[in-house]
Amino acid sequence: MVVAVLLGGVAFYVYTQVARSSYLTGQFVERQQPVQFSHKHHVGDDGIDCRYCHTTVETTASAGMPPTQTCMNCHNQLWADSPYLEPVRASYRDNKPLEWTRVHDLPEYVYFNHSIHVNKGVGCASCHGDIANMPAVYQQNTLQMEWCLSCHRNPEPNIRPKSEIFNTSWNPGDITPEQKKEVDEKVKSLRNTEMLTSCSTCHR
Amino acid sequence: MAGKENMGNFALLRDKILSQSGKKYWRSVEEFVDAPEFEEFVKQEYPAQAEEWDNSLSRRNFVKVMGASLALAGLSGCVIQPTEKIVPYVRPNEEILPGKPLFFATAMSLGGIATGLLAKSYEGRPVKIEGNPEHPGSLGATDVYAQASLLNMYDPDRLQEVTFRGTPKTWQSFMTEFRNSVEENRKDGGAGLRFLTETVTSPTLVAQFKQIATEFPNAKWVQYEPVNHDNAMAGAKMAFGSPVHTVYKIDQADKIVTLDKDLFSDFNVRYMKDYAKGRAYKEDKKQVNRLYAVESTTTLTGAKADHRLAVKPSQVVEVAKALAAAVGVSGGTPAAGLPADAQKWITVMAKDLQASRGKTVVIPGDHQSPMVHALAHAINGALGNVGQTVVYTEPLSPAADKLQVDQLRELIGDIDGERVKMLVILGGNPVYNTPADLKLTAERMEKVPLRVRLGQYIDETGELCQWNISEKHYLETWSDARAYDGTVSLIQPLIKPLYEGKSAHELVQLFFRENFDKTDLDIVKGFWQTQNIGSSAPKPVVTASPGASPSATPAASPAPATPSAPASTTAKSFEDSWRKAIHDGFVANSALPAKAVTVNTAFLSQPETKPASSGNLEILILPDPGVYDGRFANNGWLQELPNPLTKITWDNVALVSPATAAKLEVNQGNDQDEMSGGVRGTAFINTKGGNMSSDLVTLKYQGAEIKNGVPMWISPGQPDDVITIYMGYGRTKAGRVGTNLGYNAFDVRRSDAPSFGTGEVVKRGERTTIASTQIHFNMEGRDLLRVWEVEEIEKLAEESKKHELKHSGYDKSMYDPFNYSEHEWQHKWGMAIDLNSCVGCNACVVACQSENNIPVVGKEQVERSREMHWLRIDAYFGGTDVNNPDGPHFQPVLCQQCEQAPCEVVCPVHATVHSAEGLNDMVYNRCVGTRYCSNNCPYKVRRFNFLLYQDWNTPQYKLMRNPEVSVRSRGVMEKCTYCTQRIAAARIEGRKDNRRIRDGEVITACQSACPTEAITFGDLNDKESMVAKLKNDPRNYSLLAELNTQPRTTYLASVKNYNKEMPDYKPRSSGEKHTGGESH
Repeated sequence: MVVAVLLGGVAFYVYTQVARSSYLTGQFVERQQPVQFSHKHHVGDDGIDCRYCHTTVETTASAGMPPTQTCMNCHNQLWADSPYLEPVRASYRDNKPLEWTRVHDLPEYVYFNHSIHVNKGVGCASCHGDIANMPAVYQQNTLQMEWCLSCHRNPEPNIRPKSEIFNTSWNPGDITPEQKKEVDEKVKSLRNTEMLTSCSTCHR
Repeated sequence: MAGKENMGNFALLRDKILSQSGKKYWRSVEEFVDAPEFEEFVKQEYPAQAEEWDNSLSRRNFVKVMGASLALAGLSGCVIQPTEKIVPYVRPNEEILPGKPLFFATAMSLGGIATGLLAKSYEGRPVKIEGNPEHPGSLGATDVYAQASLLNMYDPDRLQEVTFRGTPKTWQSFMTEFRNSVEENRKDGGAGLRFLTETVTSPTLVAQFKQIATEFPNAKWVQYEPVNHDNAMAGAKMAFGSPVHTVYKIDQADKIVTLDKDLFSDFNVRYMKDYAKGRAYKEDKKQVNRLYAVESTTTLTGAKADHRLAVKPSQVVEVAKALAAAVGVSGGTPAAGLPADAQKWITVMAKDLQASRGKTVVIPGDHQSPMVHALAHAINGALGNVGQTVVYTEPLSPAADKLQVDQLRELIGDIDGERVKMLVILGGNPVYNTPADLKLTAERMEKVPLRVRLGQYIDETGELCQWNISEKHYLETWSDARAYDGTVSLIQPLIKPLYEGKSAHELVQLFFRENFDKTDLDIVKGFWQTQNIGSSAPKPVVTASPGASPSATPAASPAPATPSAPASTTAKSFEDSWRKAIHDGFVANSALPAKAVTVNTAFLSQPETKPASSGNLEILILPDPGVYDGRFANNGWLQELPNPLTKITWDNVALVSPATAAKLEVNQGNDQDEMSGGVRGTAFINTKGGNMSSDLVTLKYQGAEIKNGVPMWISPGQPDDVITIYMGYGRTKAGRVGTNLGYNAFDVRRSDAPSFGTGEVVKRGERTTIASTQIHFNMEGRDLLRVWEVEEIEKLAEESKKHELKHSGYDKSMYDPFNYSEHEWQHKWGMAIDLNSCVGCNACVVACQSENNIPVVGKEQVERSREMHWLRIDAYFGGTDVNNPDGPHFQPVLCQQCEQAPCEVVCPVHATVHSAEGLNDMVYNRCVGTRYCSNNCPYKVRRFNFLLYQDWNTPQYKLMRNPEVSVRSRGVMEKCTYCTQRIAAARIEGRKDNRRIRDGEVITACQSACPTEAITFGDLNDKESMVAKLKNDPRNYSLLAELNTQPRTTYLASVKNYNKEMPDYKPRSSGEKHTGGESH
């Protein structure tokens, strides 16, 4: 009997560890993309704002993926004949969209909305990590429900001042007194945790 | 339950089953094994309803699927998701934001009447239809057909290409050959050229046919569809000498009389809106309108009427005569053959009408004879209603002075005389739905050398045509049509045609010498460019073509009148006005002007022609409330939509009164206890045990006979010796959904008796099963539905309060109340449904199905009560007389979102839990399918996916689904969520602006569709919200309050405005309706 309980306990522990492993969650796995696009170069080195490409992150559920035209705004001048960029030029020329591989993939029954998170002071880095230093993007977090809930149950640590939302390298320790005041106001305007953890907040 | 012995038996049986390998597919266990022992075993194992597992899955596949699901079961929470692609645009579209819907104004027309719509589009895919609040024919609401039309567009059975004798061809090759034939026909002025369309009110198409008349002076254009306005036009000609279109202003009327007109099943949402406006009972408006219904079968109008008179279809004209005489229309023969009490009924009603001169309206039914229409005009004139509640205009469609049936007769004559060389059929399905004596049969079709068909399907008609061109759905087309008052409504496409479709405009254009390959946008826009819309200079809408020969074609007859010039005087460019019209969905101020006509009562002395009598019963033929004249037969939503009165799905039946059923000995083997009436009310219905079954009869009408057996259905309230049959079924080539269902009323419908006549029924001795979603039309003594007399509301409200106080001790529950937040933005969602407004039209049911991705389950599953509609409309008869009951009264029932929800506490996996805003959230991904919640729900509003009902494979359906709602799979419970996706969208927008959600910002799908505004949704914490105010209405009550579930959905009692002098007025013993609660 004791052995059975112990074995059962071990089996359950193994199960939970497997379920949380990056093998199943896809955490830290770098994905091959049709273009070797580097966020480290574009965001980190060149300092392009997230919203230059992900235009609808403040207004709609989806952050928005840039149309080929956005790439061509610069790359019809810069590196205009680089072989690395041939897929982009081909897409623009032939009117065939690029097919990116999704890195952050939530199940279909989860209705995540970027705009409300950004508006309420959740920075990009809270979920996506330090994108500005990722040559190839990988999934920083498990994206499992327990991870979502860790913040929905206690959002305060992840709320940052408006000016730092798109700064993926910001350190909460660097907060200024004015920013602290702003964050406190924000936190007050959040729904309480009962509301944030209602099932229908994310599932419909 | 199953003992050892049984288990042994089962092992034996299993061997027996496995040794048989004959049938690959089996629909039921019995069919497969056919062993009496097995049946016995099954009976013991599953005593009640679910005795068969019906699934056309082969055994091998079944084992495979089971094996796979077992293997996945252990890791279901954490399987690796398949890699997904993100495919952005190459060049962005300025307006499209991913995930944000856009709304575009368009219109749907049925029978030539257009209703303005707003179509909701996600990234270019229309996924939901809403009403256009600014369009006069909609005012924001829709009916079932408009809601369900979306499914027609995505129907995978649609014709997807141009075909010639069944072989795919290109449009180019069609055009080349077609143009050759056109040139051939041009030589003799189109003497052998015939066009057959349905009712056309499109100004552009009318103008195109005018040009046809100039280029092909000898060609003829025939308009025919089975549900038409022939009687109205003929009646107007009798009364006024010229055809008119009648527009009723029902909101202006205090008293409404219908002469066999079903106001609430028509494709006219505006009339329902107007009725509800006059019917509304509020603290500051205690005057409600009064509805008198004279009818020859049970209809929604009769169900809602304050006073209802059921007569035979042929007697309606006598009622009209008696009413005419009573209100002082002089001349004419006196009414004959009416029973004395009917005579009294009419006299008292006439007195009531005369007391409100100019504030009444008499509306005749389209299927009633021209005489009834003419009499109604005379009565409205005598009551001073003309100009007040009744307005006459020019007919909406050209050629109205020639009845559609006469146009068809001429065409059939020409075909028989072999004078037709080329027949162009634009839409419609004439081979199926032409009258039996003027049937466009295969032999007749063979006599026409070239037959071209524009249609959405290769159906009965398409099969007999050489060329079939795929017709665009209205959501893919540029076009226009007229609303019920003549307002020009513009039809704009929401999506590029899914298939190689063309519109009628484009096909007709091919006949022209020049510009024959224009697109429909160019044609429609080009036409309106000539019409000066929005400019100050008035110009006739349809200019007379100088070369048109006035006699040759119907197209050349008087055109619809000119719209009145818009008031604006600033000269705007055409482009501006056009864009505004497209944006609004209609051309402003284009309603037809009133036409002055005077009644000439000479028609009263005209002799009436009556069809020959050929039986002892009267047969009435009506369009089906679901599939209409058969055009929606392949629409699963409409097939599965319960008939508003009988709750029958997937079939058409013949209605018969209880007394006549006894006389004919049909449906008599049914459960006698259920038929008793008496203490249990009128529980009477067509049940035998748990099943609904009915006798099949052979129905003969005017000498002809319906091929398939006709199932009889006892309908309380049906006049005796009248059988009502419905069109639209018996399709032989409708598609995967609609083929071979029911019987075909067009087998017997005749041009000389299109709506009613005499016939007989002969019992076949066979029975059939009918899938009805409501067996009991009885409240079993519970206080579910309240119908109060308008004068007694205050008194009854007082009593009801006292009654509810008795249950106040119930406030205590074993469970702690939910701890709601005190946050200033805390919402408390609630709904109030005004039963006084609800007319049972079903629009909400389809709207919900469309919004929430609800699957269709099929007839066999409905028979097992497994329909998936989240919202149902219960129908309850009242009174004790089964032959003349009160009602039925309608009650939409959806999840009541209980405060103390019985479902929540029994779920072992917390798949249904209370949300912070008080909703009973249903979490599909947690549900393991125990069904305890459904078992514990007193309102029976939960629906379970017993099988994989959702179609996961058909690509068209993937495009159609609402992306904001999860698609549920097998083994998952589901239910109404108060459209939580709409709440979430509003909430997110509100939070972004740091504000509460405003009242009216969240409109549920059912609320938005409702033509009578019966459903109100909102925040109960906002004391100024509409719904909070309604909850304080004295008529407000909750269902099964004694169970202390504290539902968030409550109902407002229905109101009756009886005329106490009427012979059928029975004073209600007060309190009768709401003391039943304790009997259980």
